[in-house]
Parts: sequence; C-alpha cells; structure tokens
Amino acid sequence: MWRNELATLFRRRRTQAMLGALMAVPIVITLVLRFAGGPDNGEGPTFLSQVTNNGVFAVLAGLTVTLPFFLPMAVAVVAGDTVAGEGSLGTLRYILTRPAGRSRLLASKGLTTAAFCLVATALVAVAGLITGVIVFPVGRITTLSGDTLPLAQGMTRISLAAVLIGVSLLGLAAIGVFISTLTDVPVGAMAGTLGVFILIGVLDALPQTHGLHPWLFTDHWLSYTDVMRTHIQWGGVIRNLRLQGFYVLVFGALSWARFTSKDILA
Amino acid sequence: MTSVLATPAATVAPASPRSATAIETHGLTKRFGKSVVVDDLALSVPTGSVFGFLGPNGSGKTTTIRMLLGLLVPDAGAVRLLGSPIPSAARAVLPAVGALIDGPACYPWLSGRQNLWRFDATGPDGRRSTRKDRIDDALARVGLSAAADKRYKAYSLGMRQRLGLANALLRPRQLLILDEPTNGMDPQGTREIRHLIRELAADGTTVFLSSHLLAEIEQVCSHVAVMSAGRLVAQGELRALQSARPTVVRIDTDDTQVAAEVLKVRGLTPSFDGPHLTATFDGTRPEDLSRALVEAGVGLRGFAVERPSLEDTFVALTGEGFNVAQ
Repeated sequence: MWRNELATLFRRRRTQAMLGALMAVPIVITLVLRFAGGPDNGEGPTFLSQVTNNGVFAVLAGLTVTLPFFLPMAVAVVAGDTVAGEGSLGTLRYILTRPAGRSRLLASKGLTTAAFCLVATALVAVAGLITGVIVFPVGRITTLSGDTLPLAQGMTRISLAAVLIGVSLLGLAAIGVFISTLTDVPVGAMAGTLGVFILIGVLDALPQTHGLHPWLFTDHWLSYTDVMRTHIQWGGVIRNLRLQGFYVLVFGALSWARFTSKDILA
Repeated sequence: MTSVLATPAATVAPASPRSATAIETHGLTKRFGKSVVVDDLALSVPTGSVFGFLGPNGSGKTTTIRMLLGLLVPDAGAVRLLGSPIPSAARAVLPAVGALIDGPACYPWLSGRQNLWRFDATGPDGRRSTRKDRIDDALARVGLSAAADKRYKAYSLGMRQRLGLANALLRPRQLLILDEPTNGMDPQGTREIRHLIRELAADGTTVFLSSHLLAEIEQVCSHVAVMSAGRLVAQGELRALQSARPTVVRIDTDDTQVAAEVLKVRGLTPSFDGPHLTATFDGTRPEDLSRALVEAGVGLRGFAVERPSLEDTFVALTGEGFNVAQ
C-alpha cells in the first residue's frame, strides 16, 4: 500500500513540477555564479561564496536557499493534500471501504509525506552536485572552522547536512497532515499549513517571544551548518531532531484521534 | 484445511457461516446537527436477493449506505453486514463487499487501469499475483478494456461510472452495494448493467441497489425498501408490496349501467371513466366477476385487471410532491 501511495504521489504532474522547480534553484544559482561572476567574499547566503572555488558547495548553497521557503512550500502542498485531497476527489470513501483501515491509511500517508521531504531535499542536493561539479573545479572541502577536509570526508559531511535538512521538514509535514484531516478542501489545508509555517517564522524572529523559541520547530533549522565544522557540534543537531520528533508525535497523535473518529461525507 | 487449492472466492469468505440476511440494521439513526437524516431504520436484506432501495432525493439513502460501510458512525442503532457487526468487523467483512457509493471517484491523473491497481493495493485480500488478471477481467466485464490506459480525466460520465463498477467487481463478492449504478449511462450501458446485475445475482451475489429509475428496479429486483424523509415506509418482496396496493378492474362496454349494477351487487364501487367503468378490486376473483358480467348480459369489449406499477406504489408511499424531502 505504501509503495502504491508513493507511486500515486510521484506520478502526479503537480508533484513532478514542484520537484522540477526545486531542482532548478541550485542549477540557476550555480549558473549565475559561473556566468555573472561570483559574489564578493563573505556576502550572500552561507556557502554561496565557496561554490566558485569548489563545485561541491553548490549542494549546500542550493539547500540553504531553498530551506527558508521553497522546501516548506512544497511540503505544505503535499502534506496538506494527503487526506483532504483524497476527500475532495472522493477516493477516500473507496479506500476506506476497501477497507484500508483508517490508522493504516494515515500511517501510509505520514510515511509518504516523510519520504517526500527526504526525496525533495535529496533532489535539490543532487541537482546542485551535478551542476556544481560540471561548472566549477572540485577539491578538498573547507570547513566553517577554516580547516580543509579530504573530498570523501567532506562529501559525507555534506550528505549528512542534506539528510538533516530533510528531517527538519518533518515537524511541518506532521502539522500539514493534521490540518489535512480537518477538511475536505485541499487548498485550505495547504494554505493553513503555510500560514502556520509563516506564523512560526515570525514568532521565532521576535525577541519578545524568546521563551517560546525552543518550542518552535524552525528554531534549530540552521543546526545542519554545525556538521560543516571541523569538529561536528552535535548539540543543536540533537535539539533539532528531538524537536522534530516531538512535533511528529504530537501532531501524529492529533491526526490519528481526528481521522479515526471522523465522519466521511466526501 | 480440506482444500489446498482454495479458490479466490473461498479465501474471501469471512469466517462466520453464511447468514440469512446480507444486511441487517436495527434502530439505525443519524443526525446532522438538528436534522434527523436517518431515523430508526430497520433494514433486512435477505441473502441472495436483488434488493431495490428507493426514496426521493434527500430521503437518507446515501447516508444509510455510508453507515452500512462504516464511513459514518451512527448516532444510535447497529449494522450487521454478512452477519458481522459494522464497523467493528469491517476489516473481515468489507473485502467481500463491493460498493459504488454516491458516484465513482478516481485519481484524474492516473489511467483507468492504474486507478484500479491503486484501489486494489490499499486493502487486504487483493493478491498481487492475480491483480493484473483481475483488473483485466473487471475492465472487460464493464466494457472498458479499450479505454483502460486512458487517463481518468479524459473519461466521460458513463465511462467513469463503468470504472467505478469495475472497482466493485475487482474481487469475488458476496454482497454488492450499488448506489445509482446506471447514472449517466447511455441506454445500451443501462441494459448491459442490468444484464450484469442479473448475472451476478444468478451466481449467488446479493445485490443492494439504490436507484431512481423505478422501471429498472421493477425489472431486476426481487425485494424493495422505500425510504421517505429518513424513515422506512415499506419493505418486503416486490410482488407482496405491489399486491398490497389495490388492483383496479377496468371494464370497456356499452352497457355501463348494467355492469355498474353487477359491480354494486358484488360490493364494489364503480366509477365512470369516459366510456369505461373502473372499480377497485377487493379480493373478488377476476374470473368470478367476468362470469357474472357475461351472465348479466353485459357486452364486454374489454376486461382488464390492472396491477399498480412500482411508480404508483412509490408515489403513494412517498407523496407526489416535487420538492426535496425536508
């Protein structure tokens, strides 16, 4: 069932278009750096200035640019569509009378959304890697601490950073699935999820809500940069993983409570 | 284990022995806000019957069907499907139940075949090894083989309906719940579906059929139930239900006065309808009446016993009004 769920998601033109657009971001950035001249050192998003020296950094540059908005938007669309989309198509009534089992269907939806988070992040990374390697030279990786690491070790670090970014999206995905169980209007669920994301971002930026910050799922989103130090600093990474796990658990439970008792009228 | 080579039908059968009723509800009630949409419903659908489920728009048919299949939680009452309680035994029972609920619904970006594949993959008892063959069979059965690889988006209403039916026929079923199965179909399609329903019923499948097309119900159903404003107003064998309504005798003659006298003597109340004489039958045997008329010297041009049509019965039970029931 889960495999079929994935196939149904990725066969959809909308999904393919979103992933294509996401992959275009690192490609465009890399090409702009190559043909329009690099930025002054130290300016622009983290890692951007390093791309011209080492094409491999296009991976991190692409991820850093897509993380604040493009990736969350794609996740909001997919997560918001999970249950509400089936409801608006009416397919929900046929799947539930198949019978798929409500808990089983919800679990399958959750896994599929999580897979999308990881796949979308991985595709951005791969698109950046391929373009960067073609367009720019490749060599030892300079860490944020200023040392250099051998390419292989550096690539492992970069892959780890990509996985951590994918995992960072899970909290938002869980919120999206929960909102999706509340309605049969997928656009509403998508907009709602995006609204929550923007609100959280605003709260995380306000100094007045300082006490709240450790509980906001975006608070440790930049912790992936810590794996690019010579000696990895795990503190932020672990806090981020714990926080994402917390959101997945809470909103997973809320989704389950809602979906298993819901009247299916669509 | 008596048989090693179990047929698919055998693997689908729930553990409980075949119950006498395929569908049974007691006191089934559903409210939406303040309005009672289904009120104290006691349905009893005998196993092996073709059961017509009738009622005007808004009388609670689809809500009932959704409760039968565990999509809605009743506010009161209980449902038993194939002898087992719903929704608690849904996982064991529903694989043996095919359904078309409130029209077909599929993924527009997938082909007909991919849609069936998806639905089959989401639940138990749909073996992967037989899936391709089962899908081909179901598509052929509803006459959709030629369009199987077109995207659902490009299907006409009738083709969508056919795909919905194919989904209901993907696995061997003991019970089919079909809500308006011929909606949007051309006359040939309607005939094919009627033929299909007869064929399935002959194989022992119980068919629960909701439809507005009374002529269609009259042709295929052995039993009917009639809903009106959320309540069950009649239920039983189609023939019994129709004979509960008065039969009318229509006499075509020039000797209307004499004929009227004969009717009056036998306790019937004649009324004049142009050149005809009609009276409501009350158990008098037609052969006795016709003999009495002839013996009285009435020149009979026509003598007809008219049983009420299902439409007459339906209108009498649910009211003539054109408005959606409140």
